[in-house]
Amino acid sequence: MANLRNGSFLQKLVVRVPFIWLLAFFLLPFVIVLKISLSQTAIARPPYTPVLDLTAGWHGVTAFFAGLSFDNYALIGSDPLYVLSYLKSVEIAAFATLMLLVVGYPVAYAIARTSPRWQAVLVLLVILPFWTSLLIRVYAWMNILQRDGLLNDVLMALSLVKTPPAWLATDTAIYIGIVYSYLPFMVLPLYATLEKLDQSLLEAAADLGCPRWKAFWLVTLPLSSSGVIAGVLLCFIPIVGEFVIPDLLGGSRAPMIGQTIWVEFFGNQDWPAASAVAVVLVCLLVTPIVIYQHQAMRAAERD
Amino acid sequence: MRKVSAFNLVSLAVGIAFLYVPIVVLVIYSFNASRLVAVWGGWSLHWYAVLVNDAALIDAASISIRLALLSASAATVLGTLAALALVRFGRFRGRLLFAAMIYAPLVMPEVITGLSLLLLFVAVAADRGFWTVAVAHTTMAMCFVTVIVQSRLADFDRSLEEAAMDLGASPLKTFFAVTLPLILPAVIAGWMLAFALSLDDLVIASFTTGPGATTLPIRIYSEVRLGVKPEMNAVCSIMIAVVAVAVTTASLFGKLTTARGRPGRVQT
Repeated sequence: MANLRNGSFLQKLVVRVPFIWLLAFFLLPFVIVLKISLSQTAIARPPYTPVLDLTAGWHGVTAFFAGLSFDNYALIGSDPLYVLSYLKSVEIAAFATLMLLVVGYPVAYAIARTSPRWQAVLVLLVILPFWTSLLIRVYAWMNILQRDGLLNDVLMALSLVKTPPAWLATDTAIYIGIVYSYLPFMVLPLYATLEKLDQSLLEAAADLGCPRWKAFWLVTLPLSSSGVIAGVLLCFIPIVGEFVIPDLLGGSRAPMIGQTIWVEFFGNQDWPAASAVAVVLVCLLVTPIVIYQHQAMRAAERD
Repeated sequence: MRKVSAFNLVSLAVGIAFLYVPIVVLVIYSFNASRLVAVWGGWSLHWYAVLVNDAALIDAASISIRLALLSASAATVLGTLAALALVRFGRFRGRLLFAAMIYAPLVMPEVITGLSLLLLFVAVAADRGFWTVAVAHTTMAMCFVTVIVQSRLADFDRSLEEAAMDLGASPLKTFFAVTLPLILPAVIAGWMLAFALSLDDLVIASFTTGPGATTLPIRIYSEVRLGVKPEMNAVCSIMIAVVAVAVTTASLFGKLTTARGRPGRVQT
């Protein structure tokens, strides 16, 4: 940055202001969560102990560290409620991501095949619902899925069912809600790679007598792998921690982990347990998050 | 010339219908005269009239709008600075950590972001309310702004900036006279996205809010938790209309499309 040398003060400012903001409001909160996950619940304000008391000097610091324990983690490991909640979240996220890929790929592929003018319109149509509130979109499905809602009306009218089945408070409703809400996150990265795909490769495959499905399998799919990875990560990671969708569409019998954190926190007021559940969740997501960051940084540098 | 097969057309039709049918159904039902949500009782504006007298709801809406304006603006400034840092200043100390802190919040489950920020506010004994939610929303939204502005910054011709500086413009002047106008569409798109994210957010706001700062999503959530309510159909329809008008207007001016996917990259 030779020609910005005069602006070295400005340059420092440009880097440091957002850097310090993120350290204070993204990294530091995580350190605090980690600390509280090692604390005990207490009927006090704040509702956990030990609290680091710097006014007590060195004695305060040693007392603080002596008070930390791994009890909350032992609790998570031994209580099937938590274990089942994690398993259910990962299961739902995995199947939902697979469904998103199956639904999203043909849509993204079709958009990439249309003329540039149509592509702009169709991409906008896919993005538009994403701009409206997630809460509203989930609520819209509550309208449709309720017992005397539109879906059952249609099924009854077509005589597909005799008695209207309950959709709400089932895993099916959660899957519908998730696939619906996350579809743009799957379609857009897939479209971005498919749109850049060199069509002449497919023509070459066809000229050499390769059937269409085989050309898709051998050429299109491998070349769009970066879009597939981006879409899968962009969906899978947040779905694991999803709260609104399972809370409104699913039941409370087998909660996903986001609901468990919410209940521990707001219902049981057990902040240390909620923190420990959150720490384990982050650990669970660390691998996909690191892969995602790597991908995102590479994509940013490629641009 | 690309061929659009019947299969492609069907996928498109089904995909787009899947995205829009629930929203259309919601809007239609908001005009339902019947108290029973599932029974059609003819067209009516009754539920919109009910809203006008719902002081708590209007209060929540005004808080949400002020919150979104403030946090979107702060997030745009911080996010643009972060994008400049990442694209223009190459390798600086802590760049890897910095980049990690930009990309991680994009996928971080909201429950975790909300919980961790709340625990920070409790630890520093901050009074929870409007300002704590504003800080939380700014933090969450700035990373989205960074990613949008970053792709635009990486794109444009650096020699324009160099020319300005060779002609004696200060770095600050170069930024405002050359760089900012060129990245403005992305900055505006970033601001709009930050605004929408803030207006949308339920989870992070629920954790970080305090007495007297009930946002619109928190209010709607507490109403719809136990079932569908006709007034809520009307509120949601109004919000959908506002978003649809805003986004369509913006995209007609080409702002969103240029920021999201770059024109000229389209192959024929």
